[in-house]
Amino acid sequence: MKEFLVDSVFFGAFISLAAYEAGLLLKRKLKLPILNPLLIGTILVVLVLVLLNVEYEHYNEGARYISYLLTPATVCLAVPLYQQLTLLKKNAKAVAAGILAGVLTSLVSVFLLAKLFGLTHEQYVTLLPKSITTAIGLGVSQELGGIETITVAVIIITGILGNVIAESLCKIFRIQEPVAKGLAIGTASHAIGTAKAMELGQVEGAMSSLAIAVAGLLTVVGASVFAGFM
Amino acid sequence: MKYLRQFGIILFISFLGEALRMIIPLPIPASVYGLVLMLLALCSGILKLEQVKDTADFLIEIMPVMFIPAAVGLLDSWSSLQPIWVPVLIITVLTTVIVMAVTGRVTQFIIRKGEKKK
Repeated sequence: MKEFLVDSVFFGAFISLAAYEAGLLLKRKLKLPILNPLLIGTILVVLVLVLLNVEYEHYNEGARYISYLLTPATVCLAVPLYQQLTLLKKNAKAVAAGILAGVLTSLVSVFLLAKLFGLTHEQYVTLLPKSITTAIGLGVSQELGGIETITVAVIIITGILGNVIAESLCKIFRIQEPVAKGLAIGTASHAIGTAKAMELGQVEGAMSSLAIAVAGLLTVVGASVFAGFM
Repeated sequence: MKYLRQFGIILFISFLGEALRMIIPLPIPASVYGLVLMLLALCSGILKLEQVKDTADFLIEIMPVMFIPAAVGLLDSWSSLQPIWVPVLIITVLTTVIVMAVTGRVTQFIIRKGEKKK
């Protein structure tokens, strides 16, 4: 049985979809924001792998065909963005200021907290790109001499967290403008958060997509400056 | 055949993104170059919205599933995360909340200030 699962090309892809579907079902039944299909799906896959004693590497044999679609899907984020272009132009100043404020806040807060916890330079630069999309963040971490596996882990945790808390956080901080919601989600939690912004609405999704690219690029520059502070 | 052609166009732009990533020595992924190229193609009219829209909508809708493999991969990075997981987790949670709140409030403040002026 185990050998069969290890060799199978479809096992990893199938259980990923099935687990996500189960997450969707749970969310529909119980209507709790914490029951996020991505979070539930991930936990279910981990449980299945642990129970069946299948290693990640073997699971990923099949699952990587799902990850393969990530680049084309990110490219497609330009489509909702294009559809909201007039809205973007109208709010250009607010959009630019919002993303810039978010990126600076991210770098400053990581710096202050790293000081507070007495992290080493290596650990500090590992965390600097935590809010941006994995592919850019990984490059930044490599460039600055961070620990790559931890950077990836932290970026993914940030994304899932952002995806899970986005709705409640916007309520608590009374962020009501769809443009502001989208930028907040995308700047804080990149593409994984954007998946949530897409559910909230067209404008939210488009602005969140924009924030992935702009915040990512600003962080490339900002992180290299901030790396010198500690 | 509509979907096949649309998917073909999307893959071609992804491929161009890859090519740019090879040429330009910056830590920017193919997907971000691709996003910009797609936006430019749509804005300039080289590409019509209908030529990619249905497949793009589908890919965006199923996007959350695509993060499951990477998230499950946290299993493998646990050993390197374990010695510093407490400060890392606290920093991650706090900064995510602060960044989201600040970005949202700043944007909203400027939008509403602009509306009042008019």
